[in-house]
This record gives sequence, C-alpha cells and structure tokens, in this order.
Amino acid sequence: MIIAEAKPISEILEMVKDFSKILVVGCKGCVTVCNVGGAKEVAILASSIRIGMRKKGKEVEVGEITLERQCDPEYIEELRDIIKDYDAVVSIACGVGPQFIAERYPDIMVFPGVNTKFMGGAIEHGVWAERCAGCGQCVIHYYGTMCPIARCSKSLMNGPCGGSNHGKCEVSPEIDCIWDKIVRKMMAQGRLEELLKIRPPKSWLTARDGGPRKMVREELAK
Amino acid sequence: MQDFRPKIIAFYCSNCASSAAKIANKMNLYLPEEVKLINVPCTGRIEILHLLKAFENGADGVCVFGCQEDSCQYINGILKLKKRVEHVKKMLEEMGIEPDRIEVFSLYAGKGQDFVDIAKEMVNKINQLGPIF
Amino acid sequence: MTEYKSGSNLEKVLKAGYFAFTGECGPPRGANVEVVRKKAQHLKGCVDAVNVTDNQTAVVRMSSWAACLILKEEGLDPNFQMVCRDRNRLAMQSDILGISAHGIKNMLCLSGDHQRFGDHPEAKNVYDIDSIQLISMVKKMRDEGAFLNGEKIDVPPKIFIGAACNPFAEPLEFRVYRLKKKIDAGADFIQTQCIYNMKRFREFMKRVVDMGLHERCYILAGITPLKSVGMARYMATQVPGMDVPEELIKRLRGAGKGKAAEEGIKIAVEQIQELKEMEGVAGVHLMAIEWEHRVPEIAKLAGMLPRPKVE
Ligand code: SF4
Ligand code: SF4
Repeated sequence: MIIAEAKPISEILEMVKDFSKILVVGCKGCVTVCNVGGAKEVAILASSIRIGMRKKGKEVEVGEITLERQCDPEYIEELRDIIKDYDAVVSIACGVGPQFIAERYPDIMVFPGVNTKFMGGAIEHGVWAERCAGCGQCVIHYYGTMCPIARCSKSLMNGPCGGSNHGKCEVSPEIDCIWDKIVRKMMAQGRLEELLKIRPPKSWLTARDGGPRKMVREELAK
Repeated sequence: MQDFRPKIIAFYCSNCASSAAKIANKMNLYLPEEVKLINVPCTGRIEILHLLKAFENGADGVCVFGCQEDSCQYINGILKLKKRVEHVKKMLEEMGIEPDRIEVFSLYAGKGQDFVDIAKEMVNKINQLGPIF
Repeated sequence: MTEYKSGSNLEKVLKAGYFAFTGECGPPRGANVEVVRKKAQHLKGCVDAVNVTDNQTAVVRMSSWAACLILKEEGLDPNFQMVCRDRNRLAMQSDILGISAHGIKNMLCLSGDHQRFGDHPEAKNVYDIDSIQLISMVKKMRDEGAFLNGEKIDVPPKIFIGAACNPFAEPLEFRVYRLKKKIDAGADFIQTQCIYNMKRFREFMKRVVDMGLHERCYILAGITPLKSVGMARYMATQVPGMDVPEELIKRLRGAGKGKAAEEGIKIAVEQIQELKEMEGVAGVHLMAIEWEHRVPEIAKLAGMLPRPKVE
C-alpha cells in the first residue's frame, strides 16, 4: 500500500489560517490502513484545527468526511453537495486524493494534510518499510524476490557496495543492507550463478524518469 | 485573570487509580472541585481524540491517573496511553499550547493521599498557566 | 610493438612486469590550483600513476577531471576516479570522452559513498547505473567504439579501466565473486581498499589466485599508513569492512609519544615489502591521505625507487 505520515499540525494551521470553513476529507484506502488518513484521523485533525485556530484567536467551522477512496472520481463526486459549504479542503489521502478533489472542484482551495512517503507495508505494529519504487519493469525474481531498486540505497543491480556492514547499509544502522539479504538467500539456495550474471543498465523509461506515466487498458477503457 | 477557575478533566482507570480514589474518599480527602473525573475501564482505552476533545470542549488541563506500568490489568494499557499523551503534548506544542497542560500519573492502589495531592498540584500548575485561549 | 589498451604509464609499467606503485591526490575544496601542483610535486617520480578522487565522501571538491588535467601538466599519469552517485549515463559518457580528449588514460569506476554522509545530504542521488555497469560501458566505448545505446563513437576513448575491491567488506563470502564480476565486466586493474590484516588478505589472494583472476587483471593492494593510534581506532571501529588487527594498534601505542606516525610508516613499508612477494599482487596503491609529502620517504624505504620508465 501507499504509506503516508501526518503533517505537523503547525504546518496545516499555517495552510488554512485564512479560511473559516474547512472540510477535512479522509480516505478508507491505504491511509486508513496505515493509520494516517481514515475516519479516526479525520476527527483528530478536525479537533486539532479547531483548537489550534481558537488559540490563534479565530473560531472556525471544521467539517469531517471520509470517502471510500479518493483515487476514484466516482467517490470524489460524493463531495458535490457538501463541498459548497466550505472554502477550503484538507485531504489526508495520499498525494493523489487532494489532486483528484482539486481537479473535480477547481474553485476551492485544496491542501495536502499528509506527506506521502512510499510503497511498502507494515513490518510490525506501527512500523512501515519501503518495498517498491514503481520502476515499471519488475526484476525482483533475479534477486531472491527482494528489490534492489527500492531497497538498496544506491539501487545497485550487480551486488553489494563496499559499505555493507553487519547486514546494515552504510547509510544508516537503521537500514538493512538488502544486498546482504539477497546474497545470503541466493547462496543458501544454491543460486550463486544467477548473481554472477552481469545485469545490464536498466531502462528507466518505464519509471518516473521517462516522464509522468499513464496506463491505458483497451479492454477496460470506454 | 483574577477569577480564573481552571477546568481540569481527569481520566482514571477502574483499577489502581480507582481504588486510590476510594481510599482517599475513606480518608475524607477530597479532590479540588476544579477537577472533573471520568472513569474508564483502562487508560489504554483513552484515544488521542478523547484527550483532544477535552481541550476542544473547554478543558484547561487534562490529567490521566492509571496503574503502575507493571501492574496494568490489560498488560500494557498505561504504556500505550503514555505514548499517546506524549504525542498529544507534541501536538499541543505545535499549536502554541503549553504541553504541560496534559500529564499522566501512575498510582499505587493504596495511595489515596497521592491521588489528591497530584490533583491539587495539577490545579496549581494550570492556575499558573492561566486559560488556554 | 606492444599493443596497449590506452598506453597510460600505469598500463605500460604493469605490462612490462614491474611491481606498480600508485598514489592518490584529493582535489581541494576550492579552485586552488597551487594546492594541486604542490601535491603533484611530492608525488612526482615516486609513483606510476595518481588517483584523483571524485567528490570523495560525498563532499564537493574541484572536479576530478579538472584536477587530473593539472596533474598531467605536472608530468604525472592521472587515474581519473568516477563515482555513480553524481552523474547519469549521459554525463558519464561525455566526461569519459572529455578526459580521453585531454590525454587522461586511466579511470577508476566506483559506486561512490552515499551523499547522506557528505556536505549536501539533501542532494538527489543518481545511481542511474552501478559501478559494474560503468565498467562495461567504458569497455564498450573503448573496444566497440560505441555508446551505451549502441551508436558509433567517432573517435573512441582510450582508457585503462580500473575498479575497486573491498576484500573484507560483508557479505564476505561474496567479495571474491564481486571481484570476478568486475573483471568479467572489463576491469583491467583493481585497486583494493586499504589492507591492514595481512593474514586475511593473503587468504583472500589465495582464492583470487585459485580462481585465476590475477591472470586476467592486475591487482594492486591498497595501503594507507596509520598516522596515530586515534586514526587506527577510527579505522577499526568506524569504517565498514576495515579490519585493523589489535596488534597493529598495540605497536603504534608502544612506539611512544610523538612516534606513532613513524611507526605507522614503518608498518606500511613492511606491508609493501610483504606484498611484493605475495602471489597475484601486481602492485601497491598508496593512499596517504593528506600526507602526500611523506610519499617520497615511504617509496624510498619500501625500495620502490626509482620508478621504472617504459617507452
Ligand atoms: S523492480 Fe521495480 S517494480 Fe519491481 S519491486 Fe523493484 S521498483 Fe518495484
Ligand atoms: S550497504 Fe547495501 S543497501 Fe547500502 S548502498 Fe551498499 S549495497 Fe546498497
């Protein structure tokens, strides 16, 4: 899923300081699962905005709503009658949500309430880790099903750099060296030969480097 | 400022804190009237939203009375709560509100005196801080 | 006539069968040409080639190729270092053509330290290609006269291709295979990370020799003289993949106040002498960090002088 983190309240208060009717919009997708943008967090943010703005000497009206998803126009449509009563929106979906809302309702100010971080999953309660960088051409099967593009700090495709240290990356003891894991797994499985193949430079055309991406599936498209 | 009477919401759990309160009562010790008590089964059930709502609805201070960290009936309720309180402190700070306005205290079941003393101290502190808004 | 890949001094010395001796020069954090010239003067006549680091430890410095040009003017044979951190494949290929156009004939291909260590940790990291892909790319440019995309190069660059190897970095069991991969990719010579544990290096070299890698590529062992007990401790504990045996630290400490540096040089000299006899080792790469002025002395004590002249 997409992992996001809440923006500091101070930053959000600064965004909305000139508005008096603010709608906080959550999303029941990824951000609900990673506890940052669901109904619960909508209520917390709404309450914080009320308290924070009152502290700044201003009473504001803060509405709360959580959509099924914010990455689907169908659900964004549900805001149609509600949004009229507000002059600003804070979306706490991933970066897609506020953009979809702003596209559909171009006359209202829409602010992002979270920082969208990466694609990953929960490795333990309250801890999430990156797994995929969306490069558009998946090659993890060469690497014991571990992604060196997203998980090696240098996206190395041909083996560990000289900084690998007791299973940790040279960048920080907080980061696992994925190459250490790849090498150990592949060697344990007797797949050293595969690692000895020189993997050629990757085409980043399919990644963000090739420009903003769009996908059309003829069989589904109208 | 002279006639500022702080409103303090005190959450307390049904176990240690509750029996400390009962003992206080038996000892004829009474809480300052600024303090409004709210009983919860376990402090671990208090969510960030509950704490914020107290402030939103006019509290000048919030305190939580719970068990000792190693004697929570629900294993780690008080520990979870302490992390949430830390989080709320950070949020308050970002809003320009003194983080000292929220505190959590671990009580021993038998210590009725502590319960009342801490509550009084809290009232004093909030009195010094004055109203939030 | 001998057929050379680039005809650099380093290549000639190695091909003629001499035990090579290379040095290192870190460009200044500014446009100070004199600093580079001064360093060059210390190294001149003492080494066969000089590595010029490329924004080492991710700290901005005068560009490696520019400092290489100054060294060349001073009559040295520069070894242009290039890391994968700062350039994409376009910038890399154009810089390779550029250095070749200016007669720089050695190049060392490296991954590079991550920018989070350096003086601009906020920088976007590039890592378009990795060090092994860089080696193959340079080889392709030189031998096939083609860019990475296959298009022909008008006048292909002439480069003696180098790569690094850290024998003691983890995962240990893979290090000799990673070396092999670099040689498969096209490395002509290897310069290792600094070696302090000679026993372990000897074991590593035995594996290298058993696999016949030393016959496909020249292997230069890295040496960095220890200046102080503090430096030894730092190397031992803070630098990943660095094995500094306790007895070396004891020796430095035993040398007494103010004498550790001399002892450090003595140790380096002994190491060089031992490496000269070690099977598979084709030379020594001396990384005397900010100690260029001591290089002549070390070269002399280690019996490395005079340096051979190969026409
Ligand atoms: S190889 Fe590409 S698509 Fe596959 S996990 Fe890595 S970044 Fe994602
Ligand atoms: S230490 Fe491991 S994860 Fe970190 S950059 Fe090097 S190979 Fe990649």
